[in-house]
Amino acid sequence: MSLKNKVALVGVDESDQIGICEGKTALMLHAEAARNALRDAGLDKSDVDGLFTAGPSVMQLAEYLGIKPSYMDSTSVGGSSFVIEVEHAAAAIEAGLCSVALITHGEMGYSARRGMASRGGGPGRFFDPEMPMMQFEMPYGVGGPPSVYSMACMRHMHEYGTKHEQLAEIAVATRKWAQLNPKAFMRDPLTIDDVLSSRWIAYPFHLLDCCLVTDAGGACVVVGAERARSLKKKPVWVLGSGEATTHGSMLNNPDLTQTPARYSGKRAFEMAGLTHKDIDVVEVYDSFTYTALVTIEELGFCKKGEGGPFLSNQRTAPGGDFPMNTNGGGLSYTHPGMYGMFLIIEAVRQVRGECGERQVPNAKTALVNGTGGSLSSTGTLILGVD
Amino acid sequence: MNEASRPLPRPTPDTQRYWEGCKRHELWLPFCLRCEHFFFYPRVFCPRCFSWEIEWRQSSGRGTLYTYAIQYRPQGPGFQPPYVTAIVQLEEGPRMMTNLIDIEPDPEKIRCDMPVEIVFQDMSDEITLPMARPAGSAK
Repeated sequence: MSLKNKVALVGVDESDQIGICEGKTALMLHAEAARNALRDAGLDKSDVDGLFTAGPSVMQLAEYLGIKPSYMDSTSVGGSSFVIEVEHAAAAIEAGLCSVALITHGEMGYSARRGMASRGGGPGRFFDPEMPMMQFEMPYGVGGPPSVYSMACMRHMHEYGTKHEQLAEIAVATRKWAQLNPKAFMRDPLTIDDVLSSRWIAYPFHLLDCCLVTDAGGACVVVGAERARSLKKKPVWVLGSGEATTHGSMLNNPDLTQTPARYSGKRAFEMAGLTHKDIDVVEVYDSFTYTALVTIEELGFCKKGEGGPFLSNQRTAPGGDFPMNTNGGGLSYTHPGMYGMFLIIEAVRQVRGECGERQVPNAKTALVNGTGGSLSSTGTLILGVD
Repeated sequence: MNEASRPLPRPTPDTQRYWEGCKRHELWLPFCLRCEHFFFYPRVFCPRCFSWEIEWRQSSGRGTLYTYAIQYRPQGPGFQPPYVTAIVQLEEGPRMMTNLIDIEPDPEKIRCDMPVEIVFQDMSDEITLPMARPAGSAK
């Protein structure tokens, strides 16, 4: 049994503001995004019988939103959670356990860093002193994502000759998309030299290899095929999906140059019955420039190790032949801590043709790949319109 | 580094023998008697074949630098950047996270796959941390 074409994404949106959301809480962002995505779908809160989130427990969220769902899921595996939850929603709908699935996210990454708000759940890290990560990694000054993704990138550079300039290409191309997106946080012009001369965060990462930390919420609505056809907007079908995890902490990544996207991606392509050439637009997690590079390899868009050359020459920028991260990505548009929801939102808008200046011409299929933890968990979706 | 104030591990029933070994300045690793391989981090069972037949064996402390990064932002109290975080490939098979010491935090000097050896730093009465340094760099 396959989930291909069984469900569609019918509503997506961000919270009212993204970037810096002064005077808001993370839960308020969940609620705003839920209202906006339901409005986009032409559905009412009373229609929702499946609720999915990551960050807070879904029971806390259900209470806050005033929903009593018959199906609930708070899969919390970092930034990929929301992408994975689309697959879970598809399975639940196909099994008849719910009919209108609402997935929400809200996180005050920017404000929490400045002591102005609490983050709102987030990718809960390492604070239990008995956990293996606390015993075997934190005593060495290993902690936040830059401190561990940098070690994965270093091994990739060593094995495959990947260069700082190639990583910088991604940051620059992504910024060009952000310049076309009024909602993007960083829209000033950016050059390769700007990236290479920005300060070190964790060698081999410069500051501008690293994503933003913003406040933002987002939501999407998933329904079965029949319901989808009755709604006002063009259904965006889930053609393929996959999820995978290979490790928790970076130390235990079986091969530091890999990610579980090689498994989740393969499953998604097999379900969709499509090949890489069939994909019109690619939205992949870019917590770091390297995350996008390694993900493109792991998904099989190029040979292993050739991500650097493959993504160079501004090929992923507006007008290039490999449009990637067309909202401006986590690098320049928004990244509140877990970014996966925003990949879904942009993919849906692209295949609907709603992207205005940054619209990829004739985009009919989109691939989404969310990554969570320390390159630990991935969810892949292949989406398309009739 | 301000060695006294960095976050230190709290040994658990499944890791106690590892930390006791470190205290004696010895690196001991769990070994699965059924599938005959070392694994890390310590558990009371083998994460590969799920056997509970485990014994502890002493590691040579020799290995290579699998990967590293130079940290410019402290990830907690007790760290003075720049410092080098490293994953060491032990010759017995497992990898472990550590700091690379006795070398400048300079990518011109540090190379993946360079030979390293484990040395020990006493952090408190209870905890000694294994660290890596370039092989043969004994002071």
